[in-house]
Amino acid sequence: MKVRSDTITLDELDWSILRLLQSNANLTYAKMGRQLNVAHSTIYERIKRMDEQGVIKKYTVTVDLARIGRRPVTAIMTVFADPKETEKVAKKLAEMKETVEVDTSLSEELLIIAKVVAEDQEKLHEFIAQKVVPLQGVLRIRTSIVTKKFKEGEFPIEFLK
Amino acid sequence: MITFKSAQRILRRLPRENAFYFFTSIGNYTGASADSLEEFVKKILEVNVKSLEFHLYRGDLQKWIEGTLEDKALSDEIKVLQQSKPLGDELRDNLYLIVSKHYEKLKKSSF
Repeated sequence: MKVRSDTITLDELDWSILRLLQSNANLTYAKMGRQLNVAHSTIYERIKRMDEQGVIKKYTVTVDLARIGRRPVTAIMTVFADPKETEKVAKKLAEMKETVEVDTSLSEELLIIAKVVAEDQEKLHEFIAQKVVPLQGVLRIRTSIVTKKFKEGEFPIEFLK
Repeated sequence: MITFKSAQRILRRLPRENAFYFFTSIGNYTGASADSLEEFVKKILEVNVKSLEFHLYRGDLQKWIEGTLEDKALSDEIKVLQQSKPLGDELRDNLYLIVSKHYEKLKKSSF
């Protein structure tokens, strides 16, 4: 693994480790070592380095909320904002605990697209009406409530190889 | 009887976070807002009538007028309107009549 200015170059083994971790971050070094035909100490060293260099941002858990009897609301919120304020609005949205993802997108106009979660529809509306709409620069908002989720995941590592 | 002081209070301009924001359904903000009763009267004629229906039947108009503008009398009048279940232009016309009449009364009392 070489460091070039602020970007990091990964070798074949690094990519293989990332692929395994992305499918299951709970795999032991020994298991990964066996699957990749290298010593578990090598796996440990590589992961430690990728952790330290910020290649691996975090290890997380995906909870099946339905299994614990919770049915929260997820919505895709599109915010049309004054172009001069879009960046500021997006940063403020990113600080709110109700947003799980915030992006800007340029199609015909600059938009903010955010994935929002709330306990129920009333709480979702309350959040948008009281916290999002009053932000300086917000012009209008379109919100679509997710009715069924077919897939959720991270950017597939193999697309980058 | 509306006193000079209470009329002035009700007619005050509100800070941005206390304005009324018009939605057409959960999370769908139209871009229209009112930060005073005067502005609210104007917006009744301008906004999508679906927005008036959405807020009337959720009780948002009544809640904002009573809780934020602190005008219980107007809020009670709107509650009575809600009971007659108006829709579309009938709702817009009746709501405008009630609110604009009340607004004119307040304006006279505030001088």
